[in-house]
Amino acid sequence: MARDIFVALDAEAIERATRRLAAEVIERNRGAEGLALVGVRRGGDVLVRRIAAQVEKIEGRRPEVGSVDIGLYRDDAFRGLNAPKIGPTEIRFKLDDRVVVLVDDVLYTGRTVRAAIDCLLDFGRPRRVELLVLVDRGGRELPIRADYVGATVEAGPERNIEVRWVENGAVRDEAVVRERGP
Amino acid sequence: VKHLLGIEGLSREAIVEILDLAGSLKEVLSRPIKKVPALRGKSVVTLFFEASTRTRVSFEVAAKVLSADTTSIAAQASSVTKGETLLDTVRNLEAMRPDVLVIRHSASGAPHLVARHVGCSVVNAGDGFHEHPTQALLDAFTLRERWGKLEGKTVAIVGDIQHSRVARSNLLCLRALGVRTRVCGPPTLIPRGIEQYGCAPTFSLREALEGADAAMMLRIQNERLEGPLFPGAREYARTYGLDARTVQWLPPHALVMHPGPINRGVELSPEVADGERSVILDQVENGVAVRMAVLVKLLEATQTEVPAR
Repeated sequence: MARDIFVALDAEAIERATRRLAAEVIERNRGAEGLALVGVRRGGDVLVRRIAAQVEKIEGRRPEVGSVDIGLYRDDAFRGLNAPKIGPTEIRFKLDDRVVVLVDDVLYTGRTVRAAIDCLLDFGRPRRVELLVLVDRGGRELPIRADYVGATVEAGPERNIEVRWVENGAVRDEAVVRERGP
Repeated sequence: VKHLLGIEGLSREAIVEILDLAGSLKEVLSRPIKKVPALRGKSVVTLFFEASTRTRVSFEVAAKVLSADTTSIAAQASSVTKGETLLDTVRNLEAMRPDVLVIRHSASGAPHLVARHVGCSVVNAGDGFHEHPTQALLDAFTLRERWGKLEGKTVAIVGDIQHSRVARSNLLCLRALGVRTRVCGPPTLIPRGIEQYGCAPTFSLREALEGADAAMMLRIQNERLEGPLFPGAREYARTYGLDARTVQWLPPHALVMHPGPINRGVELSPEVADGERSVILDQVENGVAVRMAVLVKLLEATQTEVPAR
């Protein structure tokens, strides 16, 4: 059985990181005009809404929010690996000439981000695509880096980082390093 | 599952999984770029021994949207006309390494026979009087999309029940999903023992339609209309056709479905086929999403891990 090893970020740390990340997005983009935040399902689902709420609090304007499911863009689909359920992609606004910030909970190999970028580009031609993650755990297998990072966590190869959210039924928000499950 | 040969044998969970996946995949069809790389490098062969436009094109579009390569073979234009047997034909096709073979055949059980002799996945796109599983799945998808949930609803299936693979697959599928079914048609075309599918048979169109949440009108084949089992086109239309008069027997919210192609003026009058209750074109659109889901599911199930690159 997989078990928790340690809590990398507790609820307070996640709250502070979220506020800072939202502020950084606004700073770099000089406001929230034309900004779109797109969560990578499903890890980025909650985080993208949190960041959007923060941006709205600071700027008084809610950015466009969407989500992409990378199930149809995986490079390991149909290789007998555990295939998560393919869910809906929802982008109900034009991407052309916008700045799009991709949002995910954990950045690891970079393969998910590659797939998410490919999916995004099928919807239009954004002016720029940026990447925001709550946790960067290193271990990249593709030349990809994040523009906004909540925290860097060393977890080691035989471990997972799981981010839990109250919106998904967790007791409290936390990012936990776990043994890789069976 | 490696093959989709019929609804028979599919669990409720397996059906719901396909419908859920189709729901996610449908979005791809509304994108500016209607293509995703999921099945890149896979090949899908459609082998049709019977005439078809909708089903064949629907499978091909589904495969292409998923980036699979498609080859379509119509038996009328193939070496089948030179006397090649079904198994020889598919064995030769298999030597060209398709991943999925979609087959329609006038003989019931033909896809099952083929599935026992080839290594690739086989999808039944209609076999004789037996099954047409993707039609039933797209019908269930269309109803679920409209209603939100299917449990406790009632669907009336009207027409030539005896010779209809669409009816059989739908009876199995709807029952698995908790939908009550009625079948209706001329006494000569309601097979004895149809109650084993959990449906209520009736010879009265009015009885079938009253209180139903949807009417599924089956296509009446022209060649059969003139045969001994039928009263003739005009009488059939009057007794079992859905038109401005008989459609009133349905509750106001009820939907009208048809698997196509329609015999206008026989089982459906034009004003009903093109009317507000009609979801016939939704059925066609949803057919692509459902077939995408079937292809993804089958290929997910068959692939084993390959060595890391």
